[in-house]
Formats: sequence, structure tokens, C-alpha cells
Amino acid sequence: MNKRPQAAKRGNVRPILWRGIRGRNLPVISKLAGQRNVALGRRTVLGLGAALTGSLALGAESAHSETSEMSPPADAPWSQSLGAGVVDRPYGTPAEFEAGVIRRNVPWLTAGTESSISFSPLQSLNGIITPNGLFFERYHAGRPDVDPAQHRLMIHGMVERPLLLTMQDIMRFPSVSRIHFIECPANGGMEWRSAQLNSLQFNHGMISCAEWTGVKLSTLLEEVGLKKEAKWAMVEGADGAHMNRSLPLEKCLDDCLIVYAQNGEALRPEQGYPLRLVVPGWEGNVSIKWLRRIKLGDKPWYSREETSKYTDLMPDGTSRGFTWLIDAKSVITFPCPEKPVSGPGLYEIRGLAWTGNGKVKRVDVSVDGGVNWQTAQLHEPVLSKALTRFTLPWRWDGKPALLESRVIDETGYVQPTIAQLRQQRGTNSVYHNNSIQTWQVKADGSVFDVQLG
Amino acid sequence: MFNWAEHRLLWGAIALLMTTASAAAAEPGHFGYGTTPTAAQIAGWDIDVRGDDGVGLPAGKGSVSQGESVFADQCAACHGTFGEGEGRFPKLAGGNGTLKDDRPEPTVGSYWPFAPTLFDYINRAMPMPTPHTLSSDDVYALTAYILNLNNIVPNDFVADRESLPKIKMPNHDSFVWTDPRPDTAAKPCMSACIDPGAVKITATAEGNGLTPKTTGPLDNMQPK
Ligand code: HEC
Repeated sequence: MNKRPQAAKRGNVRPILWRGIRGRNLPVISKLAGQRNVALGRRTVLGLGAALTGSLALGAESAHSETSEMSPPADAPWSQSLGAGVVDRPYGTPAEFEAGVIRRNVPWLTAGTESSISFSPLQSLNGIITPNGLFFERYHAGRPDVDPAQHRLMIHGMVERPLLLTMQDIMRFPSVSRIHFIECPANGGMEWRSAQLNSLQFNHGMISCAEWTGVKLSTLLEEVGLKKEAKWAMVEGADGAHMNRSLPLEKCLDDCLIVYAQNGEALRPEQGYPLRLVVPGWEGNVSIKWLRRIKLGDKPWYSREETSKYTDLMPDGTSRGFTWLIDAKSVITFPCPEKPVSGPGLYEIRGLAWTGNGKVKRVDVSVDGGVNWQTAQLHEPVLSKALTRFTLPWRWDGKPALLESRVIDETGYVQPTIAQLRQQRGTNSVYHNNSIQTWQVKADGSVFDVQLG
Repeated sequence: MFNWAEHRLLWGAIALLMTTASAAAAEPGHFGYGTTPTAAQIAGWDIDVRGDDGVGLPAGKGSVSQGESVFADQCAACHGTFGEGEGRFPKLAGGNGTLKDDRPEPTVGSYWPFAPTLFDYINRAMPMPTPHTLSSDDVYALTAYILNLNNIVPNDFVADRESLPKIKMPNHDSFVWTDPRPDTAAKPCMSACIDPGAVKITATAEGNGLTPKTTGPLDNMQPK
């Protein structure tokens, strides 16, 4: 009863606001639309309208100060009406104006969407935590919808007492919460050969970071009791791929977690509901989702996902296997191709840095393609194997610029350039491209993905 | 009746009990949650086959010719009759000698280091729409057929738990199983690190039409 008139009222807001925004920005739109059409071919003015709405949220647009039907001195409709009540949305959703902030895929990358990936919209995210609905996806056989009441974790093999656990059993064990990133080692993999994707989301969005809650794997392994010969664990999912990987026992006992919660709520089905492994700092595919089995053995299994895939082909024809570590990496998230700058003036360069080797120690930023560097400010919290935020004020003079960031982790490892990586690994290794990203800022403020010689 | 010495003794005993209790956290069965899986429960899920020595391969067997017909039925729609791969579905054969090329073609024949891994993967993950529904005999037969497509086994080959571990895959010796990284040693230079004149854009993603839209609804990149 109550709902209809309110919905209608709120429904009214949108067209007015859109008219307002488009009206205010028309000159900018047509200017940008011109360039983007060259760059991307099929951009429509409507699409750019959405892009500008997005960048308004960043506060970089001057449009705020201009007048509209709903800005001062006018009172907006939402200020002169009764809003929706509690439990109007019993499970909250983002504002309708954020509808374009979604995971996206690159259709030409994979044969279908079931063994595929989607990318987090890093250009629209702030802070180190990825909202659960925007965490990147990687499936090998689609997303299974697992019934937690039916789900079991089996631990067996070289153990004293094999164990079958229900979700209730698992939740009774002592619990821990940790903030860790998960990154697919193919993140940036399309750029080994050349600059291909003009986007922060598509070049870097296979990383996300969450607070995970569950039980330490070491607790479960102590509970089953390891036989002396046990040196490796095979971890396996309940998805159609029965996705499996081998992990050395040392890592299992160090910091691996068996988790059922992500940012305070149950795992999302996309991230392994009801149970997944988190292997901090290692390539994402070892953090098996929908985890149903752990088998202890004396050797690795050499499964397809650690022989045919997730091995790195070198120019001499040899391949590297078991390259689990995520090396230190950083990227500037503003400005970026999706979030250009709008005229000379003072900006805050923002970015994210991370390393599988512990904590980020320092991030340097260059605006001249790596000739000179300035140390950026790191923002708390700086956590081990978690995303870390950095910023640097930048007064843009309106001249073309080449923006780069370079992270140094607590081991002293320095993020390499793509040229340095290619020198070692050629261009066919697919995985573990942790090179410095260069963003080209043109005089009109537009930003492009480029590589330097 | 109440004696301080006894009292201390009692508390000492409790403290001792508590330390034993927490030390026992490392003892198997300390929490005692869950059940012991039955042999049948373990057998149902214990599907893994180890790549390098075939440990875990089940009973059963299959020939190249049996494999050819199962493949035509269950696999060829995606992988092509001869494993050449339809559309963007993976090629399962060929690519020998291409690993050093500019555009290498890694396949079962040109890339995979271990034959038992092929049994394991087909068994656990294929056919993609209905994984883990084939009999062991069919999986052996498909393994034999795909190895034969790659000229690794003869036409009369029969795959079973004895024969598969004995196969040496062509690319077996090309894998290094220890991670040599860090393999770069960049220095964190701060000023005048390179000659400004040497800063050249060698590649740009501008205008190549490969990037889906990052605003509005999902972009399927189909021409409109
Ligand atoms: C619906 C399409 C489809 C069907 C049918 C199908 N596959 Fe596949 N197959 C795929 C896809 C997609 C992949 C890649 C999966 C991935 O990388 O996660 C794949 C991967 C493979 C691979 C690994 C290739 C490599 O080099 O890593 C093998 C081997 C394989 N399939 C065998 C089979 C066999 C045998 C059958 C029949 C029983 C079969 N497939 C049926 C789609 C299919």
C-alpha cells in the first residue's frame, strides 16, 4: 500500500537528475565523446553520461558548483518528501546511480563464461576492502550453488584420524579473521606482448581484498594428526571442475585459512560458499573455492591446473612450475583510463599496492615516465598480504604526462618494468606480470594504457 | 579443615591441568568434532590420480578405438573430431616444437609433462557440461585416444593403471619445479633515472577496439 506512491515519487527523481547532469556537462560530454569515439569506437553519449555520474562521486568535477534544479538555492525533491522506510530493502543494494559499478568481463578472452574471469571495477572503489558483490570472479566450471547443509569437508590421506566435517563442525573450531588480497596470476596477462586493454578494470581488476573469517588450516591438520611422511596437501573443490591443487605442508601450517565468511557475512557463492581455502599472498587459484577435500601425501599431485595451466613458459621453451608467490605490484587507480582528469589543477594521485611477501614498505610515483620519482604516502592500515592504499598530491600543469607507480616490499624487492620482466621471461609466460603500469595523460586530460621502451 | 598449603596444591593442580589441556590442542582429536568417514565415503570422493607416478589410477582399461567413439559422442563438439578445437575451445593435439615460437601452441602433446594427469583431468572435469560422469573404462579410452592423436602411443595402445605411468611425455623434461624468482633486481632510483629523451611510448591500447565498455550495462562486444 505504502510502497507504490513512494516508489513513484522516487522514480520521478531520476529523470530530473539525469537531465540536470547532462545539461550541466554537455560541452564536456561532446568533447569527450569525440575522443572516445576514436578510442573505443562504440561509445555513446549515454555511456559517457554514466561515466560522468561516476566521476562526480570522486569529487573531481567542477559541476558541483554550478546551479541546477536541485542544487542550492533549490530544495531537492528528496528533501521535500518522505523517504523509504526500514526494510524497504531488507538486504541493502547500492544507490541506483552506481548501477554501472559492476564486475565486467572481456568476451573475446574465453570460449564461454563458465571457465572464465570477471574483473573488479577498481576505478570506482575506495579503500582496501572489496565489496562482496564486486569481488572478481574466476571459475573453471561455472559457479556451483552449494547447499551448506549437504556440504562436507573430508580430510584424509597421510593422517592419524581421517575426518568428515559439516559446516556446523567447522564453525565450532577456534575462529580467526584476517584481511588478505586474492589475485589471479593472470592479472595483467594480456599486456605481456603489448598494451591491449585501455582500462584499469580490465588490466588490473583480477585482484580483490577482503576480511576472511574461519579456522586456521593448521588447527584442522593438528586435529587430524599428520603422519610423518606427509609433506604435501591436495586441496579440491566441489565444483564441476573438482578444481585441485597441491600445496607444500609448510605453507599449510604457516598462514592458510579455511574460511566461511567474507567481510562479515557468509562467503558469496562466487567466492566459494559455503567454504573456501585462503592461501595468503599466493596466486588465487590455489585458494580453492567450494572446498570439499584435503588429502595429505608425500609428493605433489601435478594436476592439470599445475602443469597445463598456471605454469610459466619461458622463451627457451622451458616452463616454470609451482610459481605460487604473488610478487609486489602497484597501480595508480586515479587518474586512469576510466577516470580522466578534467583540466589543470591540483589532484590526488591514488593507488593500490600489494605483495605476497608480507608488507608494502614504500611506493614511489613518477609523472614523467620514470625519469624522476617521489615517495607517496602510505595509508593505514598497512597489513601483510593485503591491499595497501597510497596517495600523492599532484599539480597538473595541463601538459602530457606519463604516470607510474613502483612498490618496494619489506623484503626490499622492487617492482620491475615490463621491459625488465620481458628480458627475463619473454612474452609468452601469461602469468605473474607484476610490472609497472604506465598511464599516459594527454593534454585534454584523457588517459590511456601505454608501454614505454 | 581449610589449609593454605592444600589450597595452593589444589590451584597448582588446576593450573597443571589447564596447561596440559592447551598443550593437548596439538593432539589429534582434541576438539572431537565431526565423524570418521567410512571407507565407502572416502572411496566416493578419493578420485585424485597423481601425475608423475599414476598413484590413484583405478581399475579398468580402454583402447584408442573405443576412445575414438566416446570422443566423437562426448567431446568433439567442443574439441573437434581430431582434437583441433572448435572456435576458442582448447586444442588437444598438435603444436609440437612450437614452444619457443612467437605464438606457441601448448597442447596435451606439446606441453603436458605427465600422462596420468590426462586421465585425472578428464575424469574430474570433462565433459564440461556433465563432469565426472564417465566410467573409468571410458576415461582410459579417451586418454588413449588423445595420446594417440598426439602420436605419443600407437593405434593398438590400451590405457590402464600399468601402461599410463610408463609413458614419457615429449615435454616432460622442460619443467623446472622450483621457483627462480625474484628474477629481476630493479633499483629504486629517485631522480634522473633515465634520459628523458629515451622515454618513448612503444605501445598503446588507444583505439585498438579490444576494450569492452566500462560504463553502462555489460558490453558483449557484438557488432550492433
Ligand atoms: C562444452 C564444451 C566441452 C566439451 C563437450 C568437452 N570439453 Fe574439454 N574443455 C572445454 C573447455 C572450455 C576447456 C578449458 C577449461 C579450462 O581451462 O578451465 C576444456 C579442457 C579440456 C582439456 C584440457 C586441455 C588443456 O590443454 O589443458 C582436456 C584434455 C579436455 N578438455 C578433454 C575433454 C574430453 C575428453 C571431453 C569429452 C569427454 C571433453 N573435453 C568435452 C570444453 C569442453
